[in-house]
Amino acid sequence: GEAGAARREQRSGRARRSLGAMKLNERSLVCYATCDSPADNAGFLSKKGERNTAYHRRWFVLKGNMLFYFEERESREPVGVIILEGCTVELCEAAEEFAFAIKFDCAKARTYVLAAESQAAMESWVKSLSRASFDYMRLVVKELEKQLEEMQRGLAGSRSVQRRSPIYRKTKPALCVNPTSPALGLPPPRERAAAPPCAPLKENGCAVWNNAPCVDTLPAGDGPRGLADSGSGKPPPLPPRRRTSSGNTCGTGALLADSPVCPGTVCFSKLHDWYGREITELRREWQESHKL
Amino acid sequence: MRYSERELLSLSRQPAEKAAEILMRAPKKGSVLKKRLVKLVVNFLFYFRTDEAEPIGALLLEHCKINKEEENVFSISFIEEPDRKYSFECDTEEQCQEWIEALRRASYEFMRRSLIFYRNEIQKMTGKDPLEQYGISEEARFQLGTRKL
Repeated sequence: GEAGAARREQRSGRARRSLGAMKLNERSLVCYATCDSPADNAGFLSKKGERNTAYHRRWFVLKGNMLFYFEERESREPVGVIILEGCTVELCEAAEEFAFAIKFDCAKARTYVLAAESQAAMESWVKSLSRASFDYMRLVVKELEKQLEEMQRGLAGSRSVQRRSPIYRKTKPALCVNPTSPALGLPPPRERAAAPPCAPLKENGCAVWNNAPCVDTLPAGDGPRGLADSGSGKPPPLPPRRRTSSGNTCGTGALLADSPVCPGTVCFSKLHDWYGREITELRREWQESHKL
Repeated sequence: MRYSERELLSLSRQPAEKAAEILMRAPKKGSVLKKRLVKLVVNFLFYFRTDEAEPIGALLLEHCKINKEEENVFSISFIEEPDRKYSFECDTEEQCQEWIEALRRASYEFMRRSLIFYRNEIQKMTGKDPLEQYGISEEARFQLGTRKL
């Protein structure tokens, strides 16, 4: 409001602002939470209070990388939201059965302790929450995109196998490969993919996904839409690539604190294994407890 | 609605997809254009005063529409309130187009559609589900068509 704006004006020029002043498009978040777009998981969980140790049963709805929680299933507005980026999901010892925790790596971050109502529910939640981050989704997309591309290049019958480095690099327009130059006899370029004939190279170095001449028009990627044109061969535009800073790749609040790889390297199987550790452990424990 | 500012703050410090100083105007009536550092991280658009280390605010980019306005200008609106627009004036038309493209691809929902598309294409070509080897075929978020719970 007015007072807030005045306070901010006074503080401008200072490096830090106190917490509680960051704006967020809450109305839109509430709409996103309550509209009838399908959820990735939903159900009752008991949430441990921040200060006191009492658990409160809430209705949780997971959409993308946002975990909303409502007082009741029928509530029209969520009580709160947990943003699932840069967190790990682990089993934990707690007063309640079937408990697990969402932990963040940033300083003084809150750990959310949640308890499911059955073993199966707990497993389902741990699985879906572990894979809820935007980063994870992006890795899977990149991996599939790479596979598809390699397959299509194989189909195009290019003679020299030009494997693209898994770390995508921005390419300069000056290095644009002439698609008609013979590939035979030339050493394959280290960082560049061969363009299939007639298909323009995207400026981020990722070759196009089909051989149709100059498919450059982007479908409008905004707003929820069905896959109306999924059969027409017109794919959605490439998702954005994360630019990691060189050297200190993760900075404060590292997204994957204990991960063996940094998100910048697209080592999907390693990352997947890492995410899968919790699941493997869960399964092992469950199996052992059932032996008794 | 409760949310953790610490989590948002931490996110705002991550390497950005895209960042630039752009003139920004809030949807409120009578708002003026102000120079902001605008930073895209995952599906959030953070905006900072140019001399501050912490963002003034963040926009979650889900269920939003990125619109081309007049020259060098684009806007972000959300589907439940299409007339309420956050306006951005770039230095050049090229910069404007780059931001429009980047923002349209920045939602989780967009990525999900891409994934489903690629999965489907690969399955059509090979007869195999590429997600199977990672054990994530049954995940609700990767399903084609309506996902019911």
